Amino acid sequence: MVPISYYLVLSAILFALGVLGFLIKRNIITIFMSIELMLNAVNLSFVAFAAYWHALSGQVFVFFVMVVAAAEAAVGLAIIIAVFRTRQTLNPDRVNLLKL
Amino acid sequence: MILWLIPILPLVGATINGLFGRRFSNRTVSAIGLLFPGLAMLYTWWIAAQFFPNPGTIIQTYGLPWIKVGSFTVEYGFQLDQLSMLMALIVTGVGFLIHVYSVGYMAHEGGYYRFFSYLNLFMFFMLTLVLANNYLLMFVGWEGVGLASYLLIGFYFLRDSASAAGKKAFIVNRIGDFGFLIALFLIIQHFGTVNFSEVFAKANGMPVETAGAGLLTAIGLLFLLGATGKSAQIPLYVWLPDAMEGPTPVSALIHAATMVTAGVYMISRSNVIFNHAPIALSAVAVIGCATAFFAATIGLVQHDIKRVLAYSTVSQLGYMVMACGVAAYSAGMFHLMTHAFFKALLFLGAGSVIHALGGEQDMRKMGGLRKYIPITFWTMTAATLAISGFPGFAGFFSKDEILTRAYAHGPNGWILWLIGTVTAFLTAFYMFRLWFLTFFGEYRGGAGHDQHAGREEHHGHAPHESPKVMLLPLVILAILSVIGGWVGVSKAWGGSNHFEHYLAPIFEHEAAAPESAAVSPDIELTSAQELKLSLDVTVAALAGIGLAWFFYYKRRDLPEKLAARLHGLYVLIENKYFVDEFYGAAIVKPLILGSTYLLWKGIDVGVIDRTINDSADAARDVSRGFRQMQSGNIRSYAGWVAAGAAAVVVFMIWKGTR
Repeated sequence: MVPISYYLVLSAILFALGVLGFLIKRNIITIFMSIELMLNAVNLSFVAFAAYWHALSGQVFVFFVMVVAAAEAAVGLAIIIAVFRTRQTLNPDRVNLLKL
Repeated sequence: MILWLIPILPLVGATINGLFGRRFSNRTVSAIGLLFPGLAMLYTWWIAAQFFPNPGTIIQTYGLPWIKVGSFTVEYGFQLDQLSMLMALIVTGVGFLIHVYSVGYMAHEGGYYRFFSYLNLFMFFMLTLVLANNYLLMFVGWEGVGLASYLLIGFYFLRDSASAAGKKAFIVNRIGDFGFLIALFLIIQHFGTVNFSEVFAKANGMPVETAGAGLLTAIGLLFLLGATGKSAQIPLYVWLPDAMEGPTPVSALIHAATMVTAGVYMISRSNVIFNHAPIALSAVAVIGCATAFFAATIGLVQHDIKRVLAYSTVSQLGYMVMACGVAAYSAGMFHLMTHAFFKALLFLGAGSVIHALGGEQDMRKMGGLRKYIPITFWTMTAATLAISGFPGFAGFFSKDEILTRAYAHGPNGWILWLIGTVTAFLTAFYMFRLWFLTFFGEYRGGAGHDQHAGREEHHGHAPHESPKVMLLPLVILAILSVIGGWVGVSKAWGGSNHFEHYLAPIFEHEAAAPESAAVSPDIELTSAQELKLSLDVTVAALAGIGLAWFFYYKRRDLPEKLAARLHGLYVLIENKYFVDEFYGAAIVKPLILGSTYLLWKGIDVGVIDRTINDSADAARDVSRGFRQMQSGNIRSYAGWVAAGAAAVVVFMIWKGTR
């Protein structure tokens, strides 16, 4: 039996990697992937706690998160394509027309 | 009788000409400008025709509410009594004549409609001043004539000297108005009313302030300050000579005949207050006497024809104020009336001379003009004789009355009489100096006609007589200057002094107040004594005329020799005792320096502006710091979110471990 702390540490590492990627990457696709990574790190801790406590609610939450993530990916990618078509770039720093 | 119609009529004229006059032809403008003062004059006559047959104490007051605060009320009230009737007649009569004259004099000037609008406006304010039944409405007129005077002195506003003179008149008058205003506040505070009749009734009930200064003395002295401003007395007379920058009809109307008499009128009107304040009354007498003498000496050596007349105005106003100061108010008013006739005539005559010479005002460039402009010459002669106090002419009787009353006033009255007599000598001398220099000898002008400062567009080479429209007022005023004094011939000269009896109801206190008689016991003079005093004055005047004849007709070289001999004194007087320079150094300059360095650069820039600027700078600096957080960079926002989350986690862990 793998102790829960291993799962949690792995989850924290994955989450930190996601944050890091979100902060330093300039490609919006990669940023998107970092967000997925953070979501999945959270999912991992959810299922770990669910197994540990023998409770189903954690696993149910994971499904919710996956549904939201799928929806987000669909809408997000659509936005990215629309932006790319008009601005010819994937760098979010260049998409700054609304900036003061 | 609708009393307020008298001042309103000129206001209507001023409004029409002021608003629409630019589009009218000169003929229309002058028609409107003459019509309304003319109507006012006719209406005043109509009222006078009803007033004079019933010489009672009818005081007619018409009120319209103006200010109402608690129990204190002020009305747009007008009052007709012997004094205001007289003033209204003088103002409308002389004023209308000068309007007529202006039609000719100003014919070649720009701003014709403006001129008539201002003149009518002046009439409105002056009539408000003299007809008001309370001090506050009087003050409205008082300020208003100051405004009209400012506008008219600065009429040639493109000339620097004219606009500067306008400002000087306005500011100097403001100092006097300050005195009037404080006196007004004192009256409101202590009497609770500004109505003449109520104030005088209450003041009459107060004891005479013989022992020391009290409320009435304070009010009296402050009124005196107001009068020194408006009536050009020491120390505030300095604006009047400069006011000669205005067109000559203005000098005649405002700065000789009417406005400057406002101070005398005000003192006469307040005679109850002054009679109860002997100290203030003495101050009035001293200031009037000093001004009369002081201004007369300056008048001796001026070269500008209008300036000579300006200083003679100051001097004659000194006489009137002195008359008020010896409680001979009716004598002061008498001189006010005769002075209005002959001084208006002198100024209009001088204007006619200036007109004839195409703008020349320097008497050294005149001479021999009696051949060129005979009508002006003869009318001026009448006025010169009148102001010099030549027996039989208007000025003789009024001046004589003042000096006799001054002599009879208490133990020190003879000093006032002596100075007044010397002044009469000086007056006769400088007036005849003007007369001889202008009308006799050889014409010294030559062809230098274009030196004048763009006044009039005349290029004729020989001096020419003025148009009829200008000569008519001269002739009428000349007749008045001759016969105007006959209404007040004193008993000593075989008359019965109608004038004094006419005004007696207003000034009855001077005769009937026993306590004021106790203060300054008037010496009872016999007719023989009075006659002797008059003869002394007459001799002084004749001596002045003779000396002027000797200096400026017989031996023309003498004045220059004498000036060279008394060089220091001559320079001192020619520069008007350096009073302007003294005021400039003692008051104006410190004021400008203080305003510039303390108030402007010190307090305004250093404190007020700096507070505002510094607080704005501080706000900007603080927000510049905060603005760094809002970079518009998504990743930096995310970083802040992550850092915040991390801080929360750390906090919770730290909390959990405890």
